Amino acid sequence: MQTKPSRQVLSNLPKAPTGIDGLDEITNGGLPLGRPTLVAGNAGCGKTLLAMEFLVKGITEHDEPGVFISFEESPADLAQNVASLGYDLNKFIKNKQLLIDQVAVERSEIEEAGSYDLEGLFIRLGHSIDSIGAKRIVLDTMETLFSGFNNQATLRAELRRLFQWLKQRGMTAIITGERGDTSLTRQGLEEYVSDCVILLDHRVEEQISTRRLRVVKYRGSVHGTNEYPFLIDEDGITVMPVTSLNLNHSVSSQRISTGIDQLDVMLGGGLYKGSSVLVSGAAGTGKTNIAGYLVDTACRAGSKSLYVAFEESPEQIIRNLSSIGVNLGAHAKSGRLQFRAVRSASEGLEMHLASLYNVVKQFQPEVVVIDPITTLVGSSNPRDVQNMLSRMMDMLKSERITCLLTSLTRPGKSLGQTENIVSSFADTWLQVRGTEFNGERNRLIYVLKSRGTAHSNQVREFIISERGIQLVNVYLGAEGMLTGSARVAAEAHQKSSELLRQTKLDGRRQQLLQEQLALKTQLQTLTTELELQEQAIRLHDSIEKERAKYDAADKAAIKVARGSK
Amino acid sequence: MTPPIKRPSRSPGVVSNMSDHKEYELRLYIAGTTPKSVLAMKNLQRYCDEYLEGRYSIEIIDLLTKPQLALGDQILAVPTLVRRMPVPIRRIIGDLSNEERVLIGLDLRERP
Repeated sequence: MQTKPSRQVLSNLPKAPTGIDGLDEITNGGLPLGRPTLVAGNAGCGKTLLAMEFLVKGITEHDEPGVFISFEESPADLAQNVASLGYDLNKFIKNKQLLIDQVAVERSEIEEAGSYDLEGLFIRLGHSIDSIGAKRIVLDTMETLFSGFNNQATLRAELRRLFQWLKQRGMTAIITGERGDTSLTRQGLEEYVSDCVILLDHRVEEQISTRRLRVVKYRGSVHGTNEYPFLIDEDGITVMPVTSLNLNHSVSSQRISTGIDQLDVMLGGGLYKGSSVLVSGAAGTGKTNIAGYLVDTACRAGSKSLYVAFEESPEQIIRNLSSIGVNLGAHAKSGRLQFRAVRSASEGLEMHLASLYNVVKQFQPEVVVIDPITTLVGSSNPRDVQNMLSRMMDMLKSERITCLLTSLTRPGKSLGQTENIVSSFADTWLQVRGTEFNGERNRLIYVLKSRGTAHSNQVREFIISERGIQLVNVYLGAEGMLTGSARVAAEAHQKSSELLRQTKLDGRRQQLLQEQLALKTQLQTLTTELELQEQAIRLHDSIEKERAKYDAADKAAIKVARGSK
Repeated sequence: MTPPIKRPSRSPGVVSNMSDHKEYELRLYIAGTTPKSVLAMKNLQRYCDEYLEGRYSIEIIDLLTKPQLALGDQILAVPTLVRRMPVPIRRIIGDLSNEERVLIGLDLRERP
């Protein structure tokens, strides 16, 4: 397997992807190629299943045939056990892609008389591997051998030889082992398998069981060292890693509408695609309605949405939202909307996360609503909650999913514990608050934060009616901020006084106009008088002139008549 | 009359006794000619001559040439001696150098 001249850096250990969701992320690419890996854990923690999935994925995804050496279960039992996961082992067996060999070890039948070795087992393995050209092999559970043979020294020497032999043959192997009290495995198998050790665990805390996985050791490779929860469901094993150990999600500047125009305006144009929104508020402040609007809008635009409901059944949510004119039922029918309604107490925190992860992977929604997040995290300790939420947000962000979380604030407390934790992860935080004033309860909404947007700093009144959600400007006047009927009353009062003033103003104008008219008339009269006067003067002047002319003529005539000179 | 055991290297997996239906049907699984397998064959022959004269047949199976039998007959350790008849089937592993254990394994001696 390591025969290829490596063009890669030497430190890049070749790996065989397991195909198990999440495990390849933790192991940074898969199990060491051509080397054995030890999977240790208590009874019933999923060792066999993990090993089988490793083989099946090898066949289906990488075209690598596999051999399953079972020291405990019969091939028929194995096939039946994994049939529930949708794996048809018989088909693989028929196609020569899978070989199951049951090695029966029964102590009582065997008498030991002299020295021996386990060459028979080697021959068996070799034969099985060769007959289908296997690249992967599982030995489940090797420790059974210890009960079959008395000579421990021989057995251990042979085991050591076996692992060497597997390596030489370039087999990527999983060896399972039962968890011991003081060591990883009861028989100390970890002593022989030193390349990669994975520990599975199954714990019950507060009546809720959680399976966890930890990579104890991975020689020559970077790997996640935490305990990661994993889930076994009808799709096999899903390990829930912190999907990205660093924050390098590609971000979108594309916006999506919340479905409430005025809210989009407040957010400076809607939510960023792939961002997370926290809607917090006390009971009955309309958080679910906001969620419903977002889902409705997304579905109308042809996107798929996932609604995770922890408190209400899908029917109830559909009915309640239809009362404000949001028809989610149609989207559910068309398949664009998927509900996932579970009691938050039905599973552990991690399991919720893992199953959410599975649903998201499968359904690939663009919008996810979790309503409410509070019940989910209510009883757990804050660190777990923070841990889980960061993982969930990471997961959703890396998938570019817009998510809306609702959070219930308990009355009397300004901020819940959840909000403190969630708010740091959320890109946008909307708070819906009830105000009691003037004998009524009204809702206010404001944007506490919204990363990367020029969001409004205004408080808006949030009105829910059968026509849907409306945001209106609150009344800001001399009396302070008013909402509800007080706002309406104040607005009406303002309107009437306005009218009165207007009327008064109108009257005054009329009066002035009349006065103006009177003056104009007066002016007209005076002008006419003036004109008459002027005419009289002109007449007078012309008469005077005429007279002077006649006077002069008369004087000349007199002179002539006197005969003077 | 002692039936000869044929060497697996020459003729592997051949029934050594000509006549059928012996009281004791024995099979010895080995993996090639190793000191252990040679010793086991020698020891087996000795015990048969001594305790089962004329009542046995021995089949030597070399798993190197018939690896599929390791699977079918559930063989892990070599050498393995299997008493196929009389029932119940008995298995004895090792080079058979511990006579006491072999005889107990073949039910030729009472268990202590």
